[in-house]
Amino acid sequence: MTPIITIANLSKTYASGHAALKRVDLDVREGEIFALLGPNGAGKTTLISIICGIVTPSAGTVTVGGHDILAAPRAARRLIGLVPQELTADAFETVWATVSFSRGLFGLKADPAHIERILRDLSLWEKRDAKIMTLSGGMKRRVLIAKALSHEPRILFLDEPTAGVDVALRQDMWRLVRRLREQGVTVILTTHYIEEAEEMADRVGVIAKGEIVLVEEKAELMRKLGRKELTLLLHDPLPALPPALAGHPLALSQDGTVLTYTYDAKAERTGITGLLTDLAASGIRFRDLQTRQSSLEDIFVDLVKDRA
Amino acid sequence: MNWPAIRAIYGFEMHRAFRTLLQSIVAPVISTSLYFVVFGAAIGGRMTSVDGVPYGAFIVPGLIMLTLLTQSIANASFGIYFPRFSGTIYEILSAPISAVEIVAGYVGAAATKSIMLGLIILATSALFVPLRIEHPFVMVLFLVLTAVTFSLFGFVIGLWADGFEKLQLVPLLIVTPLTFLGGSFYSIDMLPPVWRTVSLINPVVYLISGFRWSFYGHSDVNPAVSLGMAVVFLVVCLAAVARIFKTGYRLKS
Repeated sequence: MTPIITIANLSKTYASGHAALKRVDLDVREGEIFALLGPNGAGKTTLISIICGIVTPSAGTVTVGGHDILAAPRAARRLIGLVPQELTADAFETVWATVSFSRGLFGLKADPAHIERILRDLSLWEKRDAKIMTLSGGMKRRVLIAKALSHEPRILFLDEPTAGVDVALRQDMWRLVRRLREQGVTVILTTHYIEEAEEMADRVGVIAKGEIVLVEEKAELMRKLGRKELTLLLHDPLPALPPALAGHPLALSQDGTVLTYTYDAKAERTGITGLLTDLAASGIRFRDLQTRQSSLEDIFVDLVKDRA
Repeated sequence: MNWPAIRAIYGFEMHRAFRTLLQSIVAPVISTSLYFVVFGAAIGGRMTSVDGVPYGAFIVPGLIMLTLLTQSIANASFGIYFPRFSGTIYEILSAPISAVEIVAGYVGAAATKSIMLGLIILATSALFVPLRIEHPFVMVLFLVLTAVTFSLFGFVIGLWADGFEKLQLVPLLIVTPLTFLGGSFYSIDMLPPVWRTVSLINPVVYLISGFRWSFYGHSDVNPAVSLGMAVVFLVVCLAAVARIFKTGYRLKS
């Protein structure tokens, strides 16, 4: 699939000397949901801000829909809707006015029907005449999303969309993002909540200390890097691990009833057959067993730890 | 040209003025009316006319200029400072909109508001003193030039300021003194020769003098020179704004 955003060799060093991005290369495909995952201060917001034209890059190029962001900023920016991390909105304006303002700012003719549809989708219709300062934090977040969608963007950036957001809004937001994707909108979200990336994304990019550490299909990432745990519930408690099993990476629970075996799911030999044979030889019987794939969170912690 | 964007910013700013009608329109009109009452009626009655113009009428162009300068700066500086302060500037920066369009929206609205104020004060003053306008076209030209120039200047201040105090600093420390010393309430011909020469380095002298000429046909300096200076100030402010957008000063890191 053709990339809708192409980032090549992008660097940003702020006037303070802080190198927020270091030679970043990244392609985002049209129509996908891309999650940019990284701890606070990793460079996520800087990267988004450069693509959207809020921060000037120090080096490198970005093209959006084939338009270079510096050479053809208008064409590039028209395609983009941005929902910023901070809840910044014109406190004294009404919801309707501020959302209509955004549409005008992006050069589109007024379209009350479109604005109404967005406000209804985001459960803001009842609040359309309310001043923004009277709204709750979650409602303000919805207003920012409505502003970004008011000009019918082909690419939507959600910078930390669910930071400080309640469950209802989070689920609304996820529904909305899926619907947008069905309409062909490319969605790029940054998050440090793993479950968000895991739940939503088609692909995941991990960023740490200004560098893209890895970009992978989410499923592939979880398969490739996932460690698995095999948990055995023992029939009779064991006082200690028998010496015959010492060769296996095993952990015994305190009460002696649960054995946990950790293995690399991507390895050619997982060692499970050997383990089971040895267990049988030692006369250890088990009532039940289960395996668990480690989550993106575990993968992520591993990756970021390695860079530190 | 992204016309809808200019219209959006302009409309937003004008709406802000009408939302805050009391501060933005009523207050300046009341404070200027006080000048008429004090200088025009109370003191002016005991003063001789200046260049054949009754004192109360003589100060009208200067008072309109005073309002025009301070309100243009206040409107434009606040207009761009507040989005920077609140963070909503992100949307302006990420929109498909050029520096020219941003300036047209903000400065256009600020200038419109101060011209409206100037006209309201002109109408109010007609209630207190006998007015005549000999060169209405030139009068409007000065009104517009000054409003646009000082709105641009205010825009620069709004970008430069990094706190609400600084927004007040330039108007209070520089613009108000220059206006008072620029002949709002007197003709610089009344000054001793040395001070008359010193006054000529005050840019506001040219604006007030030229503006007054459009009313009564008398001026401290040649009206053509005044007009020339007004255009020079406009160009200087335009250049400053252009430079700011080129370098991204205080807007982009």
